[in-house]
Amino acid sequence: MAYSDKVIEHYENPKNVGTLDKNDNNVGTGLVGAPACGDVMRLQIKVSDDGVIEDARFKTFGCGSAIASSSLATEWIKGKTVDEAATIKNSQIAEELNLPPVKIHCSVLAEDAIKSAVEDYKKKRAARQALGAAEPAVATEESRAQ
Amino acid sequence: MPLKFPIYMDNHATTPVDPRVLEAMLPHFTTQFGNAASRTHKYGWDAEATVEDARETIADLIGADSSKEIVFTSGATESDNLAIKGVAEYYEGRGKHIVTTQIEHKAVLDSCKRLEKQGYHVTYVAAGKDGIVDPDAIKSALTDQTILVSVMLANNEVGTIQPIAEIGKITRERGVLLHCDAVQGIGKTPFDVKAMNVDLASITAHKIYGPKGVGALYVRRSKPRVRLVAQMDGGGHERGMRSGTLNVPGIVGMAKACEIMKTEGKADAEKIRALRDSLHQKLLKELDEVILNGHPERRLCGNLNVSFAFVEGEGLMMAIKDVAVSSGSACTSASLEPSYVLRSMGLDEDLAHSSIRFGLGRFNTQEEVDYVAELVIAKVRKLRDMSPLYEMHKEGVDIKSIEWAAH
Repeated sequence: MAYSDKVIEHYENPKNVGTLDKNDNNVGTGLVGAPACGDVMRLQIKVSDDGVIEDARFKTFGCGSAIASSSLATEWIKGKTVDEAATIKNSQIAEELNLPPVKIHCSVLAEDAIKSAVEDYKKKRAARQALGAAEPAVATEESRAQ
Repeated sequence: MPLKFPIYMDNHATTPVDPRVLEAMLPHFTTQFGNAASRTHKYGWDAEATVEDARETIADLIGADSSKEIVFTSGATESDNLAIKGVAEYYEGRGKHIVTTQIEHKAVLDSCKRLEKQGYHVTYVAAGKDGIVDPDAIKSALTDQTILVSVMLANNEVGTIQPIAEIGKITRERGVLLHCDAVQGIGKTPFDVKAMNVDLASITAHKIYGPKGVGALYVRRSKPRVRLVAQMDGGGHERGMRSGTLNVPGIVGMAKACEIMKTEGKADAEKIRALRDSLHQKLLKELDEVILNGHPERRLCGNLNVSFAFVEGEGLMMAIKDVAVSSGSACTSASLEPSYVLRSMGLDEDLAHSSIRFGLGRFNTQEEVDYVAELVIAKVRKLRDMSPLYEMHKEGVDIKSIEWAAH
């Protein structure tokens, strides 16, 4: 299959590969996909106190398009608020990377990964608020594939 | 010698034409171009004589009794279609049951599926975890309605060599015909239609350094005499079994390829096996979690099918684009399902997605193997650094314990 130049660029020089501390209260983790389907994406965001995504990291098991979709997703969400990030649509990712129809699911997975990371972060924040600001931070349950 | 890129290690898909084969073919395009069916002049007579010589050579390679048992076709797909549909149609009065395996080539499986639509019953026997079909499983699938068993000589994905002689003993005892798709194994592993009780065998030239577009079907003429209904109507060539003007240059090329296999096949196989083993050892030495798919010994000399756990196959192929290989990952197919062969063997789907098939051949060199090993090792490491699954594995998380959502 012929890949677009943008997919190749992200694949060969992926942006923001790595791991953030999932136990950090300001980190949200999204883990989506399934090994049996041939794609698993883990996307993590580190959010500032005013709700802006300061950092994003990913690790992906998948084909070139899946890796490129996650790399692009991390680039796009950095600097956005969590609510802005959650509005990113898979169609925007697919268009930017010129994904062929058979690879659209890679962009869907990237959208799901962003949403899942934001959700995890919000859940942690809500749990923290419920406990009261004075309480020491408690690690939330490990994020699961949804 | 400088390496030529991409390095070709996909010899199960096709092979380059051996220069000696090409040389033998060339005159038959230009000066010796006659139609083997022309009976009125020297061009035709010469072409016919050439074809008959070729038939002898091919019959000799597979241990056939007579060159009359060789029917030329356009390739293995046509041979498989002719064998299965032709036999089914001829013997339908005797029974309408066929036994085959789940790991056959699509030309066999889809021919069987079409017959199912026409009222035949087909049993698809699964391969074992090692990719070998158990002869007893074939035996227990037979009924008094079974007319044909079709099992491949060697599998195209995992390279496993099937126990054709044992299966042939069973089918002969039961009076059932045995078809063998021998495409991948011819010249590379012993194959003898007489010793193995094979009644029909499909072969093709382009997997043995011959040209594409030419193949043959062996059809036994005695004990038992196999009959079949032609699937192509026309001039009644090939004793009525396959109409169509013979591809004389192709047939000459195929015969030359068979002749080379007969004289050099064994030495070739030893050289290729050494290269394949060298590649395998290098990968095992530098990488963890490299799983061999198929049987460790009963496999084609050039086949190395391995799963690099936690790395997706298509992603890896993109990283090693200097090497021409193939993958059991389904990411390139519309179905998004990984290889049916690996699944039939009971391999976990994630490992099927992680599989790469290296197919080494006559023209590969140690320098190529060294280069490929180094490249693959570097890229698998890079992709594992990017893989959430590898990270979890290293942290001791059992990936199977996680409830993944299929998508």
